[in-house]
Amino acid sequence: MTALAIGGTNRKAKIRLGPIVERVLGILILLFAVYWIVINAIDGPDQFVGSVLVGLQNGALYALVALGYTMVYGIIELINFAHGDLFMLASIVAANLMVNVLGVGDLTTATILPLIVALVVCMAFGAFVNVSAEFLAYRRLRTAPKLAPLMTAVGLSFVFRGIAQQDYINGSTQKNWPVNWGGPIIEGVYVYKLLLVLVVTIPLLLAMTYIVARTRRGKAMRAVAQDQDGARLMGINVNGTISFTFALGGALAGAAGVLYFLVQTQTYYDTGTQLGLIAFTAAVLGGIGNLTGAVVGGVAIGLVQALNEGGAHGLGSNWSQSLVFIILIVLMVFKPEGIFGRRTTEKV
Amino acid sequence: MSHPIGTSADGPSGTAGPGVPAGDSGTATLTAPQPAGERGAGREVILELKDLNVSYGNIAAVKDLNLTVYEGEIVTLIGSNGAGKSTTLRTISGLLKPRSGDVVFKGRRINGIPGHDVVKLGICQSPEGRKIFQRMTVSENLDLGAFVRKDADGIARDRERVLELFPRLRERIDQKAGTMSGGEQQMLAVARALLGNPSLLLLDEPSMGLAPVLVDLIFETIETIRSQGTTVLLVEQNALAALEIADYAYVLESGHLNMQGPAAQMLADDSVAAAYLGG
Repeated sequence: MTALAIGGTNRKAKIRLGPIVERVLGILILLFAVYWIVINAIDGPDQFVGSVLVGLQNGALYALVALGYTMVYGIIELINFAHGDLFMLASIVAANLMVNVLGVGDLTTATILPLIVALVVCMAFGAFVNVSAEFLAYRRLRTAPKLAPLMTAVGLSFVFRGIAQQDYINGSTQKNWPVNWGGPIIEGVYVYKLLLVLVVTIPLLLAMTYIVARTRRGKAMRAVAQDQDGARLMGINVNGTISFTFALGGALAGAAGVLYFLVQTQTYYDTGTQLGLIAFTAAVLGGIGNLTGAVVGGVAIGLVQALNEGGAHGLGSNWSQSLVFIILIVLMVFKPEGIFGRRTTEKV
Repeated sequence: MSHPIGTSADGPSGTAGPGVPAGDSGTATLTAPQPAGERGAGREVILELKDLNVSYGNIAAVKDLNLTVYEGEIVTLIGSNGAGKSTTLRTISGLLKPRSGDVVFKGRRINGIPGHDVVKLGICQSPEGRKIFQRMTVSENLDLGAFVRKDADGIARDRERVLELFPRLRERIDQKAGTMSGGEQQMLAVARALLGNPSLLLLDEPSMGLAPVLVDLIFETIETIRSQGTTVLLVEQNALAALEIADYAYVLESGHLNMQGPAAQMLADDSVAAAYLGG
């Protein structure tokens, strides 16, 4: 019912400072953020441009993964902690497929075909694994207390990491792949990388919005998210709709895995935990359950991180995670439902 | 076949209970609109529950229920809280599976058919608690009511029809359903069920929590819906109002069928009045 319900605890509490003080404080914090961005841009315009490009690139990846969190949460109120690790598995599949099977070495415009193959395979892989996880684990626990599926998701996350850690899969160290990028470089950013990420991500985000907002399936998803029995009485196949949602989220994680591998040219069993947590934060920041919110949250976090690491007045990469979560905490204090989250106005 | 008013405290119900000999019904002193012996004469049985048992875990909610609905009737299922009324409707709609017994719709056994497929057969329900989609507009809710239908013309016609039944919904057509009053939400739940073009409409407590003037409106509308050709199975705690519009009534008590008979006879019967109509 509420915008945020983590582990069955409704989060309604909000610090009450009085509406005027609260607003003034909020505006001051916003002004400070704007000031920080502006002085970064003035004092180091080159670094600023580079940071924005890096931020967009990472933000797009966060957005793809965040959508998987937010859609699953939106439909069954489950925080799918294994989602980040699914993304990590997909990046390993992508690396092995592209380098070992398709023989990609130098990335140029000529590698578009293997890239498309990798995208299709990894999206199918992500969808399949996610749907299987729902079918085998979460579905049985749908009427159980919320902590049960949550712990199952945490457990599944460890299973995925354990699989990746095996020596014959990826091993417990970072694995660097011999993939070389060509093309122009602006302020340390490979333009082709950035273009690739945007060219894949933007259509996927648009397609996702279209599916949820316009199609029959999307209508069913929104109905199931609001009332499962009500949806069933309308003739909507609730289990099928939930599976479909997991498939969509898994496919996006698969695509993100391919892009991550191509951008970073490395795979690591712990990637999913770190990036997954950031993506989950993006989903909460944007308003969990809200698709636009997940995308905006992802890009915002990407930009903040990049500016903090590369900007003239950044605090450096050591502070990146801390800064992201400080922003999250401050936003939650002022707007617990997230940027685009809904306030609960329903009557019962 | 006669359906006398009788008590059947245990065992398979539907038979005349002790003290009320079969065939003793429909006496001239009772003002039945039709003699009880003629119930459903010339009409098809649309729904039949046969020795239905439903339980939640080990707790039996409905025990050996036998119930018949003829085409074109308003049949009401009354009884106090927890008597098993909603459980019965949820079982008919396929949201619950019976432990034993059968749900037969138009001659076809439908228990075991998943809930979302039952709708396609022509059974729509306005459920307990309304279960409307709060964050969607009235219009979107109505669209979802017609989710399984493909006939665009028919949907448009039915949409117009329900908006005529409930002009209030037309005024609120683009409003988020969750922001409407309880009465308006109830109208929406009934209207949404009608958009599935049901041959059997299941209504669970449509008068719950409504102001008296709205209760009257809802019950008048139920009569209109029947006159337009839809059979209605109505679950109510407001037994008096339900009996006034129904043709036939079943009384549930703790999951057992306690009594059944033509609604008019029940209304006139002092013992029924004492037990269920508040004196």
